Parts: sequence; C-alpha cells; structure tokens
Amino acid sequence: MADVTRPLSLAAHRDADEIDRRNLDWYIDKAVQVLVFIGGISAIVFVIGIFVFVTAEGLGFLVDAFDFGEFFGSPRWKPTSEYRTTYGILALIAGTASVTGLAMLVAIPFSLGAAIYIAEFATGKTRETLKVLVELLAAVPSVVWGFIGLVIMNPLIIETFDVPVGLSVLNAGIILGLMAAPIMTSIAEDSLKAVPDRYREAAEAMGATRCQLVFKVVLPAAKNGLLGAVLLGVGRGFGETMAVLMASGHSINLPDSIFDSVRALTATIAAELGETAVGSDHYQALFTIGIFLFVITFVINLTADLIVRGIRKG
Amino acid sequence: MVEALREIAIDADMPSRLAQVTEPAQAKLEVRNLSIAYGGTPALVGVNLEIQENEIFGIIGPANSGKTSFLKALNRMDMFNSDMQVSGEVFFNGRNVRQWRNVYALRSRIGVVFPLPVGLPMTVYDNVALAPRLSGITNKAELNEIVERCLSRAALWDEVKDRLNSLGSLLSGGQQQRLTIARALSQEPDLLMLDEFSIAVDPVTTMRIEDVLKELRKEMTIILVTNLTQQARRLADRTAFFLSGSCVEVGDTEALFTGQVEDTRTADYIAGRFG
Repeated sequence: MADVTRPLSLAAHRDADEIDRRNLDWYIDKAVQVLVFIGGISAIVFVIGIFVFVTAEGLGFLVDAFDFGEFFGSPRWKPTSEYRTTYGILALIAGTASVTGLAMLVAIPFSLGAAIYIAEFATGKTRETLKVLVELLAAVPSVVWGFIGLVIMNPLIIETFDVPVGLSVLNAGIILGLMAAPIMTSIAEDSLKAVPDRYREAAEAMGATRCQLVFKVVLPAAKNGLLGAVLLGVGRGFGETMAVLMASGHSINLPDSIFDSVRALTATIAAELGETAVGSDHYQALFTIGIFLFVITFVINLTADLIVRGIRKG
Repeated sequence: MVEALREIAIDADMPSRLAQVTEPAQAKLEVRNLSIAYGGTPALVGVNLEIQENEIFGIIGPANSGKTSFLKALNRMDMFNSDMQVSGEVFFNGRNVRQWRNVYALRSRIGVVFPLPVGLPMTVYDNVALAPRLSGITNKAELNEIVERCLSRAALWDEVKDRLNSLGSLLSGGQQQRLTIARALSQEPDLLMLDEFSIAVDPVTTMRIEDVLKELRKEMTIILVTNLTQQARRLADRTAFFLSGSCVEVGDTEALFTGQVEDTRTADYIAGRFG
C-alpha cells in the first residue's frame, strides 16, 4: 500500500495511461466477442424455440384426446374417418423403422468401405478426387433421390422381382441408404484420419499387412467415430422426408416383406399438414408426431455426439 | 509358374535356412553402398558396414545425419513411402532384403522401438499379444505365457501385472516405452532396432531399459541409435558415427571414446565440441 504514495516516474505515468485507457482495439474486441456470442447462442434459441412451438401446437391433442395405447399401439391412422377417427402411429413407426433399418444395411457397408479405401488405401489424386465426389454426392437434394426412386428404381424393382408395386420398403431403403452413405463416409473417413500415423508405423514395423493394420489397429482405434457416423446416418434416416415419401409408396401398412409399401412418420406430416384445419385434432395429432420425431432424432444425435466425443461407460 | 512356386517353397523354408547361415563368420547384417534420398534430396550416401550376431551396435550422430532413415531402409519401411528412394544392398542373415518377396515376414523378424513411446489404443495385454496374434497364435495359454515373458523381460511385468486390461495408452511415458519394447520382443526378433528410445523417458527408466538391453544382447542383435553419446559408450560394442548423411567411421566403442579415431570429426563430436 505504501507504494501507491510514492511519486510516479515519467515511465510509470505513461504505463498508467496505457493500462487505463480503452482504445479502439479494446472496443473492436468486445464487439466481436458479443457478435460471436449471439451467433453461438442463436442455435440454442432456435432449437428451444422450435421445440416450444411444436409442443405448443400439439399440446391440445396431448392433453384432451391423447390415448397412449392407441397412439403407439394401433396401426390405424384414420384422422379423416367419417365413422370414427383413430390416431395410431404404429404403422408409421414400422414404416420409418423398416426403411431406416434397410437403409443402414445398404449404407454401412458402402460408407465404411469407401471410408477405409479413401483413408487407408487411396493415394494422391485418386484420394482427392474421391473425397470431392463424396462431398458432391452428399449435396444432391433429397427430391432428386426421390425422383430416382420413383422413375428408375420403381420399374426396375417391378421387373427384377416380378412384384406389382415397386414403391416399397426396398425402394425407399435403397434410396435412403445411398443418400445417407456419403455423409457417413465423410464422417467415418475423418475418424480414420484422426488415428495417429505412429500407430500405423508401429503396426507396420511389427510386420502387419495392410489388412491386419486396418482391421486390428486402425478400426478399433477409430471405433467411436465410426459408431458416431452410423448413428448420424440413422438420424438422417429418421428425419428424411421427401425421398421416402416419393419412394416408399406412402400407404399405411405394417410391412410383412420388403416389397410392401409403407408410410413414414415424416412423410405423413409433410403430406397431410396442408390439408388440415389449423387447431383441429388432426392438426394437433400431426404435431404430436412432430414432438415424437423431435425427441427421437434428438436422442439419436445426442448419443452419436457423445460417442464421437468418446464418452463411454465404465 | 514353377519358378514362383519354388520361391515360395524357399520362403517357407526360411527358419531352417536361417539356422544354417548363423555361422560366426557371417555378419548378421551387411550393408553395402546404401544410399537414401527423399524426393531427390540425399539423406544418406554410400554407407558400408557390418553388424555381427549378438552385438550391440551403436549409431551416434547429430540430428539430420540419416540415422533414422538408415533404420527404415533395413526393415524396408520405405515401401509405403513413395517419396523415399533407397539404393544399395542390405543383407540380413545373408539375404538381400530388397529381394524378400514377403516384406511382412522380414519386418516381423526385426523389432523396432521408436523415439516416442507408442502405446497402441488397446489393453496392455493386447498390445503385447498383437504380434503373436498377427502371426496366427490363438491359444490363450500360449498368449498368456508370451505376454508375461515379454513384459518381464522389458522390466514392466511387476508394474502392470494387475492391470493388464487397462488401456496401454494410459500408462506413463516410461512405462509405455517399456511396453513398446515388450511388444517388439513379442515378435521374437533376430534383430532389435532402437531409435533414440530414451528421448521421452526419465533417467531412472532409461537405466532400467539399458539393463534390459544388456540382458537381451545374449539372445539377439541390437542396433542402438542414440544422440546420447555416453549411452552408446555404456552399451555398444562397436559404434558408428553418422554425420550429414554419411557414415564417418565405424569402430570399437571403447577405442572411439578413448581417442583412437581415424577422423577428427568423430573425436570432436564425442568430446562435445559440436552437435
């Protein structure tokens, strides 16, 4: 404390001035911080905002007319029945789940194979070209994929398997699988690239062949990222609307085989929301499906995220 | 076709062939006129030397003198690095390594320890069992035996025997380096190459590893690249001095360190006047 009373030297005066004055740099820094903060926080605001909106719209149905057993247990989705309206989404869940499941069967081998090739085997120009092409494929709009399902896959399936309708679980599953594969490839490749080269060197020096290196060392080391890639693909499958609407046949069915037409949760909302009176039971029931989808995709994405970050049990 | 089959038959016959050629007259490793370049820039020029069975062969020299490149050429780690051009000949057990058809078999006979410890992201047990598993051993009892033997020889068994199932990458730096040595030993190598193994290891662990190496010399040939000249003096039977991509001289370690050198640069480096 005694120091304070000591007379300040000239240099100390200059220092004090520097320390106390807020100059332009200081204000710019503050302003940028605030802007970036707003940008960052807006994501949270939007997510919460959407959730609140969807919940508010569906709330009336949830409170008044919601029958848990019927909603999740009945395959009858008859919101416009003259006789008795029923809101059962079991068939829709089955539709979404079967299409997504088949899509993953298609996408996982494709995307993991592509990722392993790009990350571990391809070199130089091949590698760069493939990476660009995969990114390009990921950018194809979903309506284009739906179009392919409708116009190319449909007659192909009818001819190949001799079935009456080609718009089915098979069609939508393949289309959705091909759609999800590029994104999964991209993420899986990133996680393979994140495996340090010294692991590869160590295994190579031990006499591991290329395949042993990939399957015994690199894949186990990258397994979290790969699992995350698969889960993001699943999330994509659940959320995809347009391509599934166009390729699945859009008829309410508990599918027995992959040649049955089905209807997806998302496609139902997209197709029916425009036809309903705002605030009606039907309208609110569609929003309840929205809440359900929101919760499911949220859980899937969260799980994927946690896995990618490597937070594991035990 | 018949030619190819005969070659395979010879390869399959390797162990017995190796047994025949381990006569004392034959050098374990013979390097003739070895040159290495990276994309046209020479890293090592015209190295000639011989390494005898069961000796510790030290290689000293400042950074960028080509020591690591030399090791890479011996087990053909250049194969996946199209940038690295190697010329000259390396005879391992009397056979030119450039002509080994199965480079993986060559590498599995040569253990390598890198400067920085590499604990692979798997359990301690799996780290050591990896090489035996790659070579096809699946018997649990046999693997247990190998893991315990290798970890004991690397002076690590007592510290990790109760946590063989924890991640190898979670061990301390010194422990990971001994794990790396245990892993190299699990290949049952003829030749062990250590590249500046003590760079990330504390002095106490370094001394322990040095004791391990003295034991191992009875069973295998060891090449020890080090930039601690005193480490070479403590361990190596003979030492080579590399400088700026050439091998200045090779000599009996004690002789080099007591001033009996052919080239004054060697004496200057050992005395610490440069490098």
